[in-house]
Amino acid sequence: MADAKRTPQTINRPLSPHLQIYRPQMTSISSILTRITGNGVIVAVALAVWWLLAAATSDNYFAVANAVVTSWFGDLVFTAALWAIWYHFLAGLRHLYYDQGHGLEIATAEKLGWACIIGSVVLTVITILLVQ
Amino acid sequence: MRYLTARKRAEGRGAAHHGAEHHWAMTVSSVGLAFLLPVWLYIFGSTLGAPREVVLDTFARPFPAIVTALILVVGMRHFAMGATTMLEDYSKGTTRKVLVIAAGALATVIAATGLFALARIAL
Repeated sequence: MADAKRTPQTINRPLSPHLQIYRPQMTSISSILTRITGNGVIVAVALAVWWLLAAATSDNYFAVANAVVTSWFGDLVFTAALWAIWYHFLAGLRHLYYDQGHGLEIATAEKLGWACIIGSVVLTVITILLVQ
Repeated sequence: MRYLTARKRAEGRGAAHHGAEHHWAMTVSSVGLAFLLPVWLYIFGSTLGAPREVVLDTFARPFPAIVTALILVVGMRHFAMGATTMLEDYSKGTTRKVLVIAAGALATVIAATGLFALARIAL
């Protein structure tokens, strides 16, 4: 009969993992990075399209856009976006692999997470060297 | 007697109110982008910082122009749908509707601007 007073409001339910005390894991970090990188690259795409529009428009407009994209700010945005899109690329391939039902064991998933992080840095460096 | 099947009662009750078609569309576009992206990064990366004549010559050629157009159309749709998933996770009600529309509009404006620039350069 003691349980009769336990209405849904008074039951002390466990809280879902709290962000402040949540121990970072490779699986969760690599997952949220996929979302951050995928949404973040829109900044670089907008900058790239603006630069293309300027090239299509006039010499003066192109001079402005070219100065921006070749400045330290342009370098920062495009280098960050390059890493971000390579990370998102590898994480996306991992998703396609997951969707086939593979790689979901914790040890394998963690290895794949490291592969995305290390692979994205390697691909970023290779790309920068290739397009110079 | 219940006339609705268990599946019919469950459909549309998830956080996003719809089902697997969104996931499948993301899968299809991601496969396309996996092929397009390395090629486009090389084209764009090699041209970025070049003089205007080089930029115009590059994007007037069929292959760079078509790859860039495909990246814009497929990529911006992939972005709009991915951003929608994020917004559905973190917002609700009218805010969600406004943000989902805004993300779609941003992606469409970027794609249209890029296609206009390409048409002007290539045609």
